[in-house]
Amino acid sequence: MENLSLSCRNEVLTATLKNEIDHHSAVSVRNEIDDRLYKEMPRALVFDLSEVNFMDSSGLGLVLGRYAKAKELGIEVVVKNPSKRTEKIFRMAGTDKLIKIIHDKEIK
Amino acid sequence: MNQINEIKCTFLSLSQNEGLARSIVSGFLLPLDPDVEELADLRCAVSEAVTNCIVHAYKKSVGNITLTLKAYDDRTFKMIIADKGCGIPDVALARKPLYTTLPDEDRCGMGFSIMESFSDKLDVKSQIGKGTRVTLTKKLSSPDVT
Repeated sequence: MENLSLSCRNEVLTATLKNEIDHHSAVSVRNEIDDRLYKEMPRALVFDLSEVNFMDSSGLGLVLGRYAKAKELGIEVVVKNPSKRTEKIFRMAGTDKLIKIIHDKEIK
Repeated sequence: MNQINEIKCTFLSLSQNEGLARSIVSGFLLPLDPDVEELADLRCAVSEAVTNCIVHAYKKSVGNITLTLKAYDDRTFKMIIADKGCGIPDVALARKPLYTTLPDEDRCGMGFSIMESFSDKLDVKSQIGKGTRVTLTKKLSSPDVT
């Protein structure tokens, strides 16, 4: 099952996470994002979570780990379109105080 | 309260079995007509527990994880996740939000906190060198009467 697609436009690297993000899938996703992050050195890293249908604390660790790296490099991190459930997990850890969470209001 | 169903299964501490554990919990709970949110909470809780066994209890080695699920006629659900791994030296500390022994591996220290918030009661028994047993109890809400 595919868990990640990456695209970079106008110095914004978007990592679209897909399907189930747990400890199993987070490991390979992490390496792919990090490789691309160092290659592109973007202005911002956006995690698009709209296609995630399951995420646990391993997914949270994945985002927080990238946030720590990006911060050192002066790159802004944004979490986009998490489901209500995923956002609940983010808020539980206080992550929403560190990382901006945004929602597209557009109707599909 | 009387027990109405029980399953017990043992699988290896391989990360692909995290998804398997979630599927087992879904399959066991679905006939009980659980609330969608509660089902999602419990799938997340088992994922946290099994990940703990893989990442912490067995670390670089592979061992057995035993998952036991029980259902009772008053809609109480019990989930027991047991391993024979390294054990937790200080359970109270391990249960603290954001505490982790592995920050470099992107562990955020929220596993037990998430399990706690998604259950009514979470019991953790651990012995160094013997293993850990996590028991999660949750009373499922009554199905909507339509």
